[in-house]
Formats: sequence, C-alpha cells, structure tokens
Amino acid sequence: MPDLIRRLEMTSLTARVALGVAVLLVIGGVIVSIAAFAYGREAARSAFDRLLLGAAHDIASAITVQDGKPVIELPVSAFELLAFAPDDRIGYRIIGPDGTTLTGYEEIALPENRRDLRDGYFDGAFFGEPARYAIVSRRLAERTLNGTIRVIVGQTVLARNSMAYDITRKALYVLAVSGLAMILLAVVVVRSVLTPLERIAGSLSARDPHDLTPMDTDVPRETAVMINALNGFMARLDRQMNSMRHLISDTAHQLRTPVAALRAQADLFSDEVDLSRKEKIVERIQTRSAGLGRLLDQMLSQALVIHRGDSARRERVDLRDIALDVFEEGDHAVLNPEMDVVLDIGENPVEMLADAPSLKEALKNLLSNALKHGRAPVRIGASLNDGKAVIWVEDAGEGPDRQTLDELGSRFNRGGLARQASSGLGLAIAHSVAVSFDGELVLERTDRERFRAALLFEAAPVRAA
Amino acid sequence: MKTITPSLRILLTGFLVLLNCGPVAAQEMVADFGPEGAGQTLVLRSTTDIAVFGPVVETFLRARPNVRLHYEQWGSNELYRLSRSDCRSGEAGADIVISSAVHQMVQLVNEACASDYRSLLTEELPGALRWRNELWGITREPAVMVYNRDLVPQGDIPQTRFDLLDLLRPSDTRYAGRVATYDIEESGLGYLFAFADAQEASTFGALQESFGRTQAISTCCSADIIRGVAEGQYLIAYNVLGSYAQGYQQQDERIGIVLPSDYTLVLSRALMIPKEAGQKPLAEAFLDFLLSPQGTLALRTALLISPLLEAEDGNEGESLSSTALRPIGLSPALMVALDGLTRETFLRRWRATFPGP
Repeated sequence: MPDLIRRLEMTSLTARVALGVAVLLVIGGVIVSIAAFAYGREAARSAFDRLLLGAAHDIASAITVQDGKPVIELPVSAFELLAFAPDDRIGYRIIGPDGTTLTGYEEIALPENRRDLRDGYFDGAFFGEPARYAIVSRRLAERTLNGTIRVIVGQTVLARNSMAYDITRKALYVLAVSGLAMILLAVVVVRSVLTPLERIAGSLSARDPHDLTPMDTDVPRETAVMINALNGFMARLDRQMNSMRHLISDTAHQLRTPVAALRAQADLFSDEVDLSRKEKIVERIQTRSAGLGRLLDQMLSQALVIHRGDSARRERVDLRDIALDVFEEGDHAVLNPEMDVVLDIGENPVEMLADAPSLKEALKNLLSNALKHGRAPVRIGASLNDGKAVIWVEDAGEGPDRQTLDELGSRFNRGGLARQASSGLGLAIAHSVAVSFDGELVLERTDRERFRAALLFEAAPVRAA
Repeated sequence: MKTITPSLRILLTGFLVLLNCGPVAAQEMVADFGPEGAGQTLVLRSTTDIAVFGPVVETFLRARPNVRLHYEQWGSNELYRLSRSDCRSGEAGADIVISSAVHQMVQLVNEACASDYRSLLTEELPGALRWRNELWGITREPAVMVYNRDLVPQGDIPQTRFDLLDLLRPSDTRYAGRVATYDIEESGLGYLFAFADAQEASTFGALQESFGRTQAISTCCSADIIRGVAEGQYLIAYNVLGSYAQGYQQQDERIGIVLPSDYTLVLSRALMIPKEAGQKPLAEAFLDFLLSPQGTLALRTALLISPLLEAEDGNEGESLSSTALRPIGLSPALMVALDGLTRETFLRRWRATFPGP
C-alpha cells in the first residue's frame, strides 16, 4: 500500500489528469447511459401509449347500437395506427355492459386489483409475450341499451423496446463524441499547463552553474510561487557565497599583518643576544599572540554570525534573555575587572524573531568594544521603543568622533568589513547580525551625553495570551 | 372440385375425428411428391390447387432426392380453423402453411402460431410482404374481371369498376343476373377481396348496391366462376383471382381478362412455418427456394407471380400505373377483416345485397 501511494505521488501530471478524465468519463458515461435508457423507455412508453389510447378511442367511437345490441365495425384506421409498431402483435377485447366479451381475445386478462377499471393503461401479456394495454370506456345510454362498454387494446412491446434502445444508442453516440472532445480538451489543457514548467526546467538546465541571478517571474501565478522560492534560495546561496568569499579574503588580509609581525619578533628574538632585550621581545610576542587570538575569536564569531544569519531557523527570542545571558557569562569581569557593568532590563518581554546565538555574539562584541574604548559605567539592556525591539550597550564616554562614526557607517554600507582594528570587526559583526534579521545598527550619542551602540529590530507581534 | 380420394379418406379418418371441430374439417385433395420412403417428409397445407402448385413443388424436390412432400389442399376457412387448433393444442400439424386468405394468416401469426426465420432472401422482401419475420408473401396475383369474349361486345368490356357500374345501371340491362362474384361467406379469399374493396374505395358500396339490384350471382370457387363465364352462364365475373383466370385462358380462349385500371388489388399468398413444425429447417429451405430466382421462375411459370402485372407489351396484359396496383399488405390491420363483430356487420350488409336462393 505505501508502495502504491509512493507510486501515485510520482505519477506524472499527465497521467493524473488522464486518470481523472477517464474516471469522470466512466462514471459519467454510466450515469448518462442509465439516464438515457430510462428516458428512452419513458419516451417510447408515452409515445406508444398514445397510439394505443388513440386506437382504443377510435374503436370505442365506432360502437353503435342496433336492435338493442352493440354493433362494432372495427375501424381499419385504428389498426393502421397500431401498425406504426410494425412488428408488434395486436390484442384487443371489447367487453359489453354485462361483462361478456363482444369480440376480440378473451385471453386478455384484466388487471384484478382494480375494481372500478377506469380508463388507463396496464401491463400484461399477450400469447406469452409481454404487452401493454389501454382501456377506454364508452358509456351507452340508448333506450334499448344502457351501460358501459370497455375497449381494451394492447400491443406487444417490441417497438417500444427498440425505440428505447434507439434513443439510448443515439444518446451514447453523443456521449462518446463529447467524451472524445473532453479527452482532446484535457490533452490541450495539460499541455498548456505543463508548458511553463518545461520552460522553467529548460532555462534552469541551460543556466551557467555560477549564475545565481533571479529567474524571470513572468510565469503563471501557481508556478511563480516555485520560481520565487527558487529565487529566494538562490539569493541566499549568493549571499552566503559572497560572505564566504569576503570572509576568506578578510581573514587572509587580517592575519597576514600580525603573523608577519610575530615572525619578525621571533626573528629578532633569535638574533638578539642581550637577555634583557630578549625578555622584552618575548613580552611583545605574548601581547601579539594574545591579540591574534582575540582576532581569531572575532573572525570565527563573525563567520558563525554570517552562517547562522542565513541558515538558522528564526524563533521567538526575548532580548532581555540575551542581555541577561551576556551579563551573567561575566566575560567582562575577567577581561576588564576594573570596569563596572550594569544590567538594565524591564519587566515586559522584548520579543522579536531571530537566532539567539547570533544576537549574543553581536551583543558580546558591542560590550567588549564598550569595555575597551568606553568609560565606566557600562550598561547593557533591552527595551521596546516605538514598536522596535532594541538591545543596546551604553558607556559614559563620548564614543568615537563624528567623522569616525560617518566612516564606520559608510564602510558597513559598502559591505566591506572592518579591515584594521579589531574594534571595527566587532561592529562589523553587530552590523551583520542586524542586517541578517532585518534590523539596523545605530551608533549615537544619547541626550544624557552617553554613547550608545544599539541593535534595532522589528518587534514580534505580541503573543496572544 | 370437391373430390376426395376414398382411400385417403379412410386413412385420415382417425385424424379427422380428432380435430373434428369445424363443420367441414376435411382437406379437398392430397398428393405426395418425391420418392416413397424418403428420409424426410415435409407436410404442406395450402389453399392453392395442387395442379397449380405441383410444378413448383417438383422443381423444389428435383434438387432434393431425399425429401418427400405431402401436399394437402384445403379450403381457406378450414385451413385456418385447423391451423389454429393445432396451434392452440401445441400439436405438430403442417410444416408449412400457405393460404390465400392472408388475413387469417395474419391472425395466426398474431396469435403466436408461427416461428420466425430470417435469411438474406426474406430480408429482401418489401415490408408489405413480410410481417414479424414470421409471415411472407410469396406470390403476386391480381384480382381481375373476367368476361366472355363472344357474348360481351368489345365496347362493353369494362376497364374500370365505373364501367361495370355503367353496364349495370340501365333497368333493362342484359347483364342483370349474369354477373358473378365470390360468395364471401363461403370463401375466405372472396371475403378478403370484398373487404379490401370496401377499404379501398367508395365504389364498392355502389357496386354492391348494383349487384343487389341486378341480382348478381354469388357463388363459390374460382374455377366454377371462370368456367361459368367461359360457357356463357355468366357474362362477367368480378374479383376473380388472376392466376386461375389466366391458367384457364391458356386452354380456353373464350374468356378475356381485365385488370381494372382504377385500381387492381394484388394478393400475395402468405406462407408461415407453424411453431410446432417438425421439419423447420426443411420448411425454411422451401421458403428460401420460393424466394430464390429459381423458385420465383417456377412460381411465374405457374402464373402465381402473375405475368399480367408485368406485361408491358403483352396482348392481354395492360400496363397499369403502379399507383393502380394495390397490394394487400401483410399487416395487423388485416385482422379487422377477421374480427367476429365486424365480419358479422359486413356480412349482414352483404346478405342484404344477395338475399340468397
């Protein structure tokens, strides 16, 4: 059974439509055939019933009375009427007022369940063949004869049946033709529906493997969904590839200088004879390698941020938790134990959709910048401002001067990551995170003469309680 | 013609006692064709004179040495009664019934007494000569007027029924009492012709009235009537079967034949194969033979498919327009002719015309 379902899922669209049309045609055909046959039977029945009734009336009106006895000269026209069913046998019986058969076939039995025997039709048999009869009464009110004469005229049902079959057959011809038309139409429709898909497939396979530009969305709405998804996917791929490329080039660039400096110090060290100088060189090598380690940390976290920004699932994050986590990890206390750090969060949740580790990374970088360059006290916090979810780091210093700020902004916009100071790299990370989650990095001086680095995001809609 | 072979009568006595239902239940004549002790025997009951139909039967048997055909000649009313009682009792009687009283045959078929058969040859028959694939018209015989050539002056020869009426109209007409026609009470065929006449045109009423006024003779049997005309007993005979008249004319030049040009009734003797027939395949072969070119030729030779109807340049034959030919079609409408009350009414009128002896 699962095998069958699997096969069904893999069935081509054409086969699905063909199957659907076939089922529709078969079911419809059966229903229409039954309906046509019922209609044909009814039509034949009413048509030939009228003939019967006409003939019976014809005969009834030919009854006259002579010498107190009913006299009948059967009208040939009545039988010619019945001869419209050319191969059917004819039975008739005329019953007098006293219930005796005046003429005709006494074999024709009257239906027993009808006591009054009003005019109408009944089904019966005629010499072993099914037959249909009509009864017509004629009331005679002569001086010599008073009573009702009943005329029964019947016919076997060959002509009725053949007419019913004829009507059915013609209906089936129409059905067959329209079925054929439906199949043709289905073929045309399926082809026209599948054409865009084929075109998309064709243009995809004709594409250069490095071409990640969006595809033409000038396609039917239903396929546009697919194209949009595909374009989104390609854009993400493009972004990631670009980021990787930048990361690699940046990394190479950034590592070259400190590594070269280290090597130079090491060379100096081996050439140096003076012990006190050697000690100084070692000291310098230590500082340098510590700086290199920090740089590596930041670069890795930047890679992480870039990677997660595009690939991690976005979930509801409370920015207060991020601030709290960073605060509690207490890296700052290890790095700069002399600086005071204050946590400033409110009671209300500050929620947005993002990836928590990336945000944490960004906040850590901002915090370490503040610790390095700012003045105590440093505050970190999260809050909701005008529908924006904000997570920020403040210090009491003045921050970089305006020119530097402008330069920083333009550098982020260019997409070029900070290439010199490690502080620049921290901001670059924060900026990347902001961009990844449709937010922005704002560096500003607040009214209370403090410098604030903040990440602003669209707040998530308030969750229904 | 009512001659019965004494030996046969004895043979058949037991048989006749069994079905002694009608007042006269006896065949007029019997004959056997084909070799004695043949494997199969086909029983044919017909109203046609053995002398007329015999050659056709012989042609049929020529190719079938193993078949014997027992031919019984019956009066039409007796044949009808016998076939009907056979049918009702489910007794195997005849294998083939051929009757000129086609209305009776229609009635028998209507009462489910016939078995159906279909072949290429029967399908070729026009619809009027075929009913339900159980009854087939095998001959074409016109109802004609016969006159005595010597006694009827050229100018008096009636070409239409109106001419006949005109002849009978004068009160001192010399044709008074010298016109003969079938006694329709006795002859099923005569009744059929009279009935068909009554359906066909209003002329028949006037004719009937004229017959009554001039004391025309109604009598039985084609042969008697035609001989009466030839011998001068009657001057004109009305509604005589053309095949018999022509057959007689071939030996006796004294009679002339007229196909009424206002309309001529054309009778096709009807053949049916009874439901209870014991030799159905053989009977069907006989039917196919009659419809085949060979059988048609034999029937034509026997004058049963009348050359009168086809003769374009023949001396006797008159070319009638096809509308003047009124075939008596095999249709259930013929049942009217046999209806008890209708027949009674019709005969009452007839009796008023011919008060009888």
